[in-house]
Amino acid sequence: MNLVLIGVNHRTAPVEVREQFAIPEARLPEAVKELATYPGVEEGMIVSTCNRVELLARTTNGTADLDGLLKRLYGFDPTPYREHLYEYRERDAVRHVFRVASSLDSMVVGEPQILGQVKEAYATARAVGAVNSQLDALLTRAFAVAKRVRNETSVATSAVSVASVAVDLAKKIFGNLQGKAVYLVGAGKMCELSARHLLAHGAQQIYVANRTYDRAAALAKKFNGEAIPFDQLYETVPRADIVISSTGAPHAIFRKEHGERFLSRRRNRPMFFIDIAVPRDIDPEMNKLDGIFVYDIDDLQQVVTSHVADRRVEADRAEAIVQMEVEKFQGRLQTLDVVPTIVSLQEHLETVRQAEIDRVRGRLGTLTPEQELAVEALSRGIINKIMHTPITTLKSAARESSEVTTVIDLVRKLFGLRDARASAASQDDNVVTAAKTGARR
Amino acid sequence: MPLIWLRVAVVCYGVGLVYSLLLLSKRGNLLGKIVEPAVGLGLIFHFVSLVESTIQIGHLSLASIHYSESLLAFMAMVVFFVFFVGYRTTSPGIVIFPIVFVLTFASALGQKPVALTSPLLRNGWIFVHVVLIFTGYAGLFLSFGASLLYLAQERALKSKRQTQLLNWLPPLQTIDDIGYHALLFGFPFMTFGIVTGSVLAIEKYGPMFFYDPKILLSFLMWAVYLLLLYTRWTAGWRGRRAAFLATVAFVVAIGAWAANNFSRVHKFIAS
Repeated sequence: MNLVLIGVNHRTAPVEVREQFAIPEARLPEAVKELATYPGVEEGMIVSTCNRVELLARTTNGTADLDGLLKRLYGFDPTPYREHLYEYRERDAVRHVFRVASSLDSMVVGEPQILGQVKEAYATARAVGAVNSQLDALLTRAFAVAKRVRNETSVATSAVSVASVAVDLAKKIFGNLQGKAVYLVGAGKMCELSARHLLAHGAQQIYVANRTYDRAAALAKKFNGEAIPFDQLYETVPRADIVISSTGAPHAIFRKEHGERFLSRRRNRPMFFIDIAVPRDIDPEMNKLDGIFVYDIDDLQQVVTSHVADRRVEADRAEAIVQMEVEKFQGRLQTLDVVPTIVSLQEHLETVRQAEIDRVRGRLGTLTPEQELAVEALSRGIINKIMHTPITTLKSAARESSEVTTVIDLVRKLFGLRDARASAASQDDNVVTAAKTGARR
Repeated sequence: MPLIWLRVAVVCYGVGLVYSLLLLSKRGNLLGKIVEPAVGLGLIFHFVSLVESTIQIGHLSLASIHYSESLLAFMAMVVFFVFFVGYRTTSPGIVIFPIVFVLTFASALGQKPVALTSPLLRNGWIFVHVVLIFTGYAGLFLSFGASLLYLAQERALKSKRQTQLLNWLPPLQTIDDIGYHALLFGFPFMTFGIVTGSVLAIEKYGPMFFYDPKILLSFLMWAVYLLLLYTRWTAGWRGRRAAFLATVAFVVAIGAWAANNFSRVHKFIAS
């Protein structure tokens, strides 16, 4: 179905590159709309998280100008980043979407957040009308696959999320977290999740600062914490032992000189900064200060590689499920691909038959009901005989993915069918009913 | 007989030494399971050896250099175990075990030791002085060890790689606590040790005792010790800076120990 997926993730690109491609939540609807209306693109959606940015599109004929698309979306030439970009088509794209939704492609395999993030991206795309029939089917299936993987393997249950990795590291620094204060900069989901983890492990006080004070207040209320106006950020941060930052700020908000000030205010008691923002909120230089430990999202990845190894077996089982589902979905898709052609072939020949019967009707005179039926049966019989071979060929071609487009094109040309595929999307429901009736005949 | 017990203790401490070396050479935590009982056993034999040699002499006395080396090692192990009970970690042992091993090994060699024949040593106060000072030394050793571990752990955390060392070492905060509390623990002993020593020396030599390399170095060590605590209290120094100071204190302590050879006041060999 001319699927194409292009993106960067934590494996192919360092955080600096991902920062370039990240699309802030606020700009996402507009960006998705831009993608879906790009020449040659039928439907599209964008997933943009701190670990990945992926554009998924269904193109008209599989040859949309992707570089041009990226250039338009980002306003810069993507060529220098070619090595970081990956591109999947058709079956590979399906598999990739399934793997991402099932959290098999995650930095921390099995972490549960990614499914929610994909769902959100899908909802955003739907809200602006960027996805319809086919991507709809793909994503619905992807969510089902994710559910299967979660239920049938223990990938998810033993998952270590970024948040729990952060907790482990905090424990390596502070021993136990009893009585430690946590400062959240930014009131995003990840912050909330990490804070919840830290609290569960004994952290006591939560401070929240956010550009929109109301959101900070709302989040602080959840944890019985204290909301702090953003302009008091630097004075109040030294109160905290652990700082989690995930703002959408385009530049670092904590730099080395801030760190020096914090340390002198804290009389050199250590601080742990967790930077889960992309672009980064914390200048990596700060890690060079004695007593300050800065981990960004890439560093957390390194920490979890060991955990990933333990779960290799379960991950393999999950991969097998994904593979099976890809085959199933692909099969269904390709049948869907030939269905419009079969239907229009049937419609076309039916019209021909009707027209011919109407034309000779006058010359036949009045017919008895039996004769009437005989004529019907005769004409229909001929048509069905003629249609039989093309339809079986189409159906078997559907199973051989490489042939399917050629065969469809050939049949259309031979019978002079108009290109129904462009409008297939809108007729999807009719197609399915028609296919069913067709099958009954 | 005391020598035999001491040699058994040396073998036990040897386990601790090998354990430390294996960890340092990144071979992993091979002897982790037996190191605690081994050095614990070593401590018991060590104690027996010290008691027996005291009985042999008939009174509390520092009859030889070997005896005092043995006593210092013993105090270091006692302090180590005090902290082991408090923090349930053998990690400072990585530094303590080699020091203890070398000290006990030297004293267990069994050559004819340099006998300390000065009648002064029959004075019970001298013994008190020595035990106090040695406990102070032990606290300093432990703190020095902890500050090295702190550096290692800090580096491991900053390098962001999952090393075996990172997993084996206790949390940074715990190492920091051990180092700080070892200082706090050792300081009063060191202070009173120096005070008793000074009082005894004044009694014997008059105020001129002070101009002696051994005494000067001891006071310098005490000053660095105080500085360590002071910077900790006022500026919260830890990590690299604290490790630097602790190293200075450690080197001065070794110097003060070695200065026995040049000291007039502290020679204790009857002339």
